Amino acid sequence: MKPARSRTRALLAFGWPLALLGLLLLLRWGMDGGNTAGRKLYERECQSCHLENGQGLRGWIPPVAGADYVQERGAELACLIVHGISDTLTVNGRRYAQPMPGVQKPLTPNEIAALINYLKTAWGKQGAPVSAPDVARALEQCP
Amino acid sequence: MKASIVLLLPLALWLGSCGPDGPKRLPVLGEHQVSAAGDTIYYTLPPFRFRNQDSAEVTAATFAGKVYVADFFFTTCPDICPKMKDQMLRVYERFGANDSVLLLSHTINPRHDTVGVLREFSQALGISSAKWHMVTGDPDSIFYMARQYMISAMPDEQAPGGFLHSGAFILVDPAGRIRGYYDGTDPEKVDELMRDIPILLHEARPQ
Repeated sequence: MKPARSRTRALLAFGWPLALLGLLLLLRWGMDGGNTAGRKLYERECQSCHLENGQGLRGWIPPVAGADYVQERGAELACLIVHGISDTLTVNGRRYAQPMPGVQKPLTPNEIAALINYLKTAWGKQGAPVSAPDVARALEQCP
Repeated sequence: MKASIVLLLPLALWLGSCGPDGPKRLPVLGEHQVSAAGDTIYYTLPPFRFRNQDSAEVTAATFAGKVYVADFFFTTCPDICPKMKDQMLRVYERFGANDSVLLLSHTINPRHDTVGVLREFSQALGISSAKWHMVTGDPDSIFYMARQYMISAMPDEQAPGGFLHSGAFILVDPAGRIRGYYDGTDPEKVDELMRDIPILLHEARPQ
């Protein structure tokens, strides 16, 4: 009887902070679709130019949010992320001529997949998710 | 007696909240001198001469009698500039119709940011050169002016894009005096700037 009661007490004492933590994690998950890795990579590698809202800089740096370019492409976005681009590209009917550098630190296919999936979900769904093997395959075929 | 203090205290606090001089005033920044006659001489920005995106000459006279916001950037800057320019666009849009407010962005990479590049940049942003001057010129003159605005801007191989520079927006009054610094990467500080501009406009109006 006694051990059972102390177990209840222990549950009460340690259980509620755990429950709170769980709730916070769930809220966090709700905010970035559980893709914390993708969000962190976006913040580190992309956000200074494409900005927090994914809108880029009007006419100069293309948006990634609501971008047909992101929506229509899958794992091949990995080439752009890793190697950057110096050609012009067209996003939502507008031409952009600014070169984009590739990522600063080497990323694993897993990380790149998380980043692409973040781009495809952070501001509304933009096309199907990609997997790490898709990314690895795409990287072998970069132009 | 006690009752009257109790009654007057809230009134005094309420009056006090307006400040002793009425509405908010902005400080005049920089070192002040005192003339032989005992008058305060405020720090004012020195003359300058640059070219804007239309290849038009831009000097201190362009801004005489205007309230203006200045900053330092470069078009290929990969760290804080897109955010600064995104925020400057907010200021541009807010005061677009007010001819007494101008914007002045100096490139700190004039070798790359020629008149042509600045024209392309301002066309991409869709801004008018009558309102927002994007200027280029001799690098020494640009870095000299950055020092006169009392902000940091210098070539630095370690910095992203090769230049180290402040993200400050500098508020200048019609007499060429610095009246405020605002972090141009922080939307809340830019809100504050947009609240302060009308204070200067009001101050400039003949009483």
